[in-house]
This record gives sequence, C-alpha cells and structure tokens, in this order.
Amino acid sequence: MHKKNTFLQKLKAWVNGEDTLLHADEYIAKRKQPQPKQWLRSPSVEKIKSNRALYSFLCVLVAMVFITIMMVVVSELPTFGNASNPGNNEVMERYLEKGIEETGAINFVAGMILDYRAFDTFGESNVLFLAVICVLMLLRRDSKNISAAEEKEIAEDEALDAVDHKSILQVGAKYLSPVIILYGIYVILNGHLSPGGGFSGGSIVGGGLILYAAAFGHQSVQRFLNFRTFTWISVGCLLTYFACKSYSFFTGANHVGYTIPKGIPGHILSAGFILPLNICVGLIVACTMYGFYALFTKGDI
Amino acid sequence: MTHLLINYYEAASVILFGIGFMNLLLQNNLIKKFIGLNIMDTAVYLFLAAQGYITNRVAPILTHGIVDADYYINPVPAGLVLTGIVVSVSVTAFSLALVQRLYKHYGTLNMDEIMRLSREREGE
Repeated sequence: MHKKNTFLQKLKAWVNGEDTLLHADEYIAKRKQPQPKQWLRSPSVEKIKSNRALYSFLCVLVAMVFITIMMVVVSELPTFGNASNPGNNEVMERYLEKGIEETGAINFVAGMILDYRAFDTFGESNVLFLAVICVLMLLRRDSKNISAAEEKEIAEDEALDAVDHKSILQVGAKYLSPVIILYGIYVILNGHLSPGGGFSGGSIVGGGLILYAAAFGHQSVQRFLNFRTFTWISVGCLLTYFACKSYSFFTGANHVGYTIPKGIPGHILSAGFILPLNICVGLIVACTMYGFYALFTKGDI
Repeated sequence: MTHLLINYYEAASVILFGIGFMNLLLQNNLIKKFIGLNIMDTAVYLFLAAQGYITNRVAPILTHGIVDADYYINPVPAGLVLTGIVVSVSVTAFSLALVQRLYKHYGTLNMDEIMRLSREREGE
C-alpha cells in the first residue's frame, strides 16, 4: 500500500477503513497465541527413564515405601496361628461342624467350594474357559494372520521334528503319561474324600497330556482331543455344572427341598453333587491346560 | 518389631510382594515383568494361607471321626487361594499370548523399544 502523505489521502483511507484493515493484518500476523500457563510442569516418563540410575533408584524407593507401609500393617495384625483371631469366626465353625451333615463330603474344603460356595467355583471355571478362548483368538494360526515366511519356518520346524528321534522322551512318556493321567483321575474322583479335587486333578491330567503331546507330537493327541471335542467337553461341562447347581435355586434358595441322596460319608459314591461337579471341573481344567500348551506351541488345538 | 518376628509368614509375604513389584517396575523385558507379577501372586497365596493357619490343629479333612471346630484349621482361605490361583493362571496365559503377538509385530520384547516403535509408526 502506498504511503499517504496528504491529509486528504489519510482521511480517505480512514473513511474507507484501509488503515484499520492494514493494521488488523499486521496485528494478526504479529500477535502471540495466548498460551495456557503451565504452572505445574508434569515430569515426562521418558526423561526419567533415560536416566537409568535415577529410574532404578526411584523404583527401589517406591517399592521400599510400599513394603514399609505394609510392614507397619503386618505388625498390627493379630498373632499368627491364634485360634481367637477374627478370621476364625462362626463361618468356619459352621462349615466344620455342619459340613459333613449338610454336604456329605469328608474333605471340608471340597464341601465348601463345591456346595456352599459352588457358584464361586462356577465363576472360576468360566474364567478359565474365557482365558482359553481369548488365547485362542490371539494365537490361532490360519491363512489370514500368517505370512509366507512364517509358514515356511513352521514347515521346516515340523520336518526337523519328524526326523528327531527323542528316544529318551518317548520311552519316558510311554511309561509315565498313563500313570500321571491315572493319578490325576484318582485325585479328581477322590476330591471329596482326600486332598485334591477338580482343579488339582485336572492340572495333573493336563500335565500328562502335555507330556504325551511333547513326546509323540500333536497329531497323536488330536486323535481324541481336537478343537471340536475340546469345545464340546468344555461347554458341556460348564452347562452340566450350571444345571446341577441351578437345582437348589429352582427349588428355592438355601437348599429347601434339596433331596439329593448324600450317601454314607467316606464312600466314593457320596456327597451328592460334589463328585459330578468335581469331574466337570477336572475335565475343564485338563482341557484348558492342554489347550494353553497346544496354542502356545502350535497355534491350534 | 517383636510382633513382626512372630508374624514372620506375613512379613515374608509382604517382602515377596515388594520384590515382585520392584521386578514389575525395573525389568524392561515383558516376560520378566510377568514373572514379577507371578511372584506378587505367590506372595498373596502365602499371606492367605498364613491367615488360615491355627497352631496345633490339623488340615480340614475328617480325621479319626472327630467333628469339632476346635480340631481343624480354617478352611475358608484355602478356597480363596484356589480362586487366586485360577485367576493368576488365566491372566498369565492371556498376557503371554499378548506378548507373543507383540513380539511378532515388533520383533522385540523390550518395553521401551516397543513404545518407541509404536510412536514412530504413529508419527508417520
């Protein structure tokens, strides 16, 4: 814009509003963006992490403070092993004194988790089943999530695996895995009579299956446990469990009209629903354990 | 202080918990982080088992036909530990599956490296 020297020119410019426009342009170009004032600069995690020594020191400090706080709490806790501690209240007395009469199980813990608190155990079985389904979603290998290089690598691995004799493992597994699986079944079936139950016995059976699969390859286990049978066993057991424990809810809560024969406590066929529930839980846990192994090694059940 | 020595199971479980927590913070390798998480889980089981114990009593399984609450230890924490073990197994399996996917995608298990790579890819 040319310079305005005469008064008339200036007046004209003022009337037309050129002046203000000019200044507005300048102002817009020059002005500073209003910035929010940062009173408290947040410490950046990367900056602290780049200083390794400081980061380690802070970690140890935080953990030490944590331990100290909890130590103070522990020093205020009731004495270890004292019978009059608040945790040992009437709930425990009820379970121990009425347990055999009401559940028929000699193992009080089995009677507690599979009769008094059976829905809690049902939730646990569901958690396990959900975990194996989530792992399946993440790790299942199919044509969509596998590249050609990976496929070649897997084929190479399998070829090497077929050549490998694994004599010690195979002989060991041949004699050990039936014994392990049999012992697991014993633990499951004796869950209401002795220490054990569905969870521990199921893990033992799963361990036997894993040993067998490691020695003789996945194909040998897939003869009787493929994805189809896995789904049927897991879902069938969950539904059986649900049906069994819904019984007391359908007939009114608090076991009103609960007429399942308890049998003689101490016999193998006793304790009402606890034996079938233990079998259900054991099957779910065994399938889950083997499923984790198969998914992590081969990407398929 | 003397009370801490009497309650040494609880004190040991608290120290174990702290060790696991420190492992979780200090390790950069993701699998080692989950080992730390499992140490913390174990500390909780030890704490619960210690809470259920009563001196001079036997495990809660009928022995010699004695039905008496003063003869057995508390069975409730055993059930709670069982729940804890199941949840810990599920969480460990799920997180290890996620770690495997991360390794396939980024080619490293180092936490900082993964964060840097993901930020770079985001910036592109």
